[in-house]
Amino acid sequence: MSTLHTVNKSPFERSAFISALNHLGPGDALLMIEDGVVGARKASAFAGLLEKTAKNFSVYVLGPDLAARGMAEKDVIQGARLVDYGGFVDLVTEHDRTQAWL
Amino acid sequence: MADVKPPEIASNIKKKLMYVNRKAPYGTIYALESLEVVLISAAFEQDVSLAFLDDGVYQLMKGQNTSGIGMKNFSPTFKALGDYEIKKLYVEKESLDERGLKPDDLMEISYEDEDEGFAKKPSVRIVNRSELTQIMAQQDVLLNF
Repeated sequence: MSTLHTVNKSPFERSAFISALNHLGPGDALLMIEDGVVGARKASAFAGLLEKTAKNFSVYVLGPDLAARGMAEKDVIQGARLVDYGGFVDLVTEHDRTQAWL
Repeated sequence: MADVKPPEIASNIKKKLMYVNRKAPYGTIYALESLEVVLISAAFEQDVSLAFLDDGVYQLMKGQNTSGIGMKNFSPTFKALGDYEIKKLYVEKESLDERGLKPDDLMEISYEDEDEGFAKKPSVRIVNRSELTQIMAQQDVLLNF
């Protein structure tokens, strides 16, 4: 029984990202989408926190949203994995529920 | 594709729905919209609970007075939820602490327990972050506002 948590807002603008991290349970995964992808940027203020999170939980970033913002896999923190829209759907089906942090 | 079954849709399936409220009441429409959806879902006889965390805890503050801002004070509606069989309002302790709030700052919300002679029981349950995480993990559906 696990949950996929999606975050679609920048951690620089909203607290949703931090709240999502604070409510990850065993087996849960985090998927950063839309403006949420900026929180996965290497060397950003949130990089250390997310790298620590990635040691205990699966962390994913939606590639098309990253690309749209001028970034690629090399720009995201170590431990985060890129997915495309198909991968997004797979993640939804692999978990028991999705929690969309706004 | 032969082994793909259509989803089972039955009216007697009771799902655990949790509404997760993270925003203060009047600056955006989220809080009011959440309450509207909660009341609608009550009509479908689901197992509904509400969670209040982050600025969402402000939705339950005592003594809300909106006369100066030209908006309807919808906080009394929370007190009616018990009549709709909604008896579980979880409030995250860490969110209260961070904001300098105490459980006493929140409205008293109760329901009548029909199994115990309609005794009034509190609907608000203060839980810590790890408890809330576990409660969330027991839900079928989580709806964030």
